[in-house]
Amino acid sequence: MSSSRKNALMIETPEGVVFSYELATPVTRALAWAVDAAVIGAVSTTAAKLAQAFSILSPDWAKGLGVILYFVISTGYAMVFEWRWRGQTLGKRVMGLRVIDAQGLRLQFSQIAVRNLLRPVDTLPLFYLVGGITSLLNRHGQRLGDLAANTVVAHQTSRLQPDLDQIAPARYNSLLAYPQLAARLRSLASPEAVGIAVRALTQRDGYDPPARVELFRDLGAYFRSLVRFPDVAVEGLTDEQYVRSALRVIYGGSGGANTPVCRVETPLDAFRASTESRPAQ
Amino acid sequence: MIIDLPRFVKTEKPYWDELQELLHEIEAESERRMPLAAIQRLHYLYERCSADLARLNTFSTEPRLQAYLESLVSRAYSEIHETRAPMRLRWKSLLLSFPRAFRRHLGAFQLSLAVTLVGCAFGWFVMMQDPQSKAVLMPFRQLMVSPSERVAKEEAAGPDRLTGVKATFSAELMSNNIRVTMLAMAAGITWGVGTLLVLFSNGVSLGAVMQDYVAGGQSTFLAAWLLPHGSIEIPAILLGGQAGFILAGALIGWGSHRSRTERFRLVAGDLLTIVAGAACMLVWAGIVEAFVSQYHRPVIPYGLKIGFGICELIALSAFFGWAGRESQ
Repeated sequence: MSSSRKNALMIETPEGVVFSYELATPVTRALAWAVDAAVIGAVSTTAAKLAQAFSILSPDWAKGLGVILYFVISTGYAMVFEWRWRGQTLGKRVMGLRVIDAQGLRLQFSQIAVRNLLRPVDTLPLFYLVGGITSLLNRHGQRLGDLAANTVVAHQTSRLQPDLDQIAPARYNSLLAYPQLAARLRSLASPEAVGIAVRALTQRDGYDPPARVELFRDLGAYFRSLVRFPDVAVEGLTDEQYVRSALRVIYGGSGGANTPVCRVETPLDAFRASTESRPAQ
Repeated sequence: MIIDLPRFVKTEKPYWDELQELLHEIEAESERRMPLAAIQRLHYLYERCSADLARLNTFSTEPRLQAYLESLVSRAYSEIHETRAPMRLRWKSLLLSFPRAFRRHLGAFQLSLAVTLVGCAFGWFVMMQDPQSKAVLMPFRQLMVSPSERVAKEEAAGPDRLTGVKATFSAELMSNNIRVTMLAMAAGITWGVGTLLVLFSNGVSLGAVMQDYVAGGQSTFLAAWLLPHGSIEIPAILLGGQAGFILAGALIGWGSHRSRTERFRLVAGDLLTIVAGAACMLVWAGIVEAFVSQYHRPVIPYGLKIGFGICELIALSAFFGWAGRESQ
């Protein structure tokens, strides 16, 4: 699994479990930076306007305050946001990015400070040329500041629980009436095809209707080619329903047939049924 | 291998929800001290979810569920396996951590000082050999006039010479000097070459100015002009250089058996402390430079200015040499 996932940071826990972060590309990071630059520009302009208000008291102090505010905002913006929002600035939040520790540990303030203190070097000579080249050469897309702070910028992982009912709705499944055939389907179905079928089902509403029909026709044909169920079990099932039923069989799902249409009585019958259902080769 | 996915989801979902809730609480309030039972529960939930993820990994047919479990496990992992204490603002220990960090990396500071001194000597030597090079070596335009002319002009100036621009001048000095210090630190990532250049060029300017005024017979003016702010400002920039060399040292890692990642991790806190401390020093130096250094003899006697500068230097040395030493 790990080798097939490019552009990801894989972390193995001491328990031997692997989890991954999808790394941000330079383009997304540049977009996030553009948002941040706009925010810094807007905030410092507002701050300068506010500082101007003090010029009634003393124009000199108002100007001095403006200089200091600009310095504090431009230097401190990323540090404060990344610290308070656990690795996100406004731009990163908009683009769905997050700064994380390269070992997957909790991000420390010193890391945030170091990666932002090194930003001036990364921006040299202009438009993040040094940082951009470094991140392209680096395996984890780290700019110099990230290297020194031991951080990476990754896509924010989904924290929402998926709709578990979509995957395994508890409904009557006519295919489960034939346990031997079901067992056979389970053993013959390739994990790749099952993976495609699951994705097709969970994302079914995202397809155009004609494309969906075609997709499920292909998937249905594949599952039908593995095991041939008796006509009485598949009668009236659309391709999509067939794929759903097949998946529930493969996952050994609940919602099985409470009232079996037919039961294979003897071992001989079982053998015959299984040989009959062998796919044409 | 999961035989029955719906049953798996049904049995495990309460644990996932519980872990999610617990993580949410911990992340919202990272300084909270958890009771032992809660910690044990967190660890149990983490291991249980890890096991679920491992089971799901062997049968990768459910990418979204896997992504969800990965996010749970990664969040719990970062909370459980983190051994560094979360940053707490305790003013006394924060203040003392500055000289401690400085003393831990004394070698880097000495190198920073040595490079600046070599630059100084170079600037001094070049000015001595070729006074015409002033145009190249001097950092500010007002230094282009001859020292005696400037002294005469400065001493003739009234007390309110800077009225109306003092605060702006001070703020600009602060932000520029802090930028230079941060750059000296950040440039350490070029294996120290950048830091070396920043410090050397700074030293050259300083040496050239010193030679110019000493040769012009204005040593007292020079000391009175530079010492009040320079006794804080110059050490602060040297500290920036020290931070740069610490960073370079961690990058190069001579004779260290640790990985680069680990070396960076070890120095990150000290780098931050030193740069932040130097920035605070530069705020003070900026105030002094605008409000004290630019006033000369008739307004403030030279003896007072020099004495003030020397006191600052002694206090600074004492702070770096002894503060926080007993309890270390």
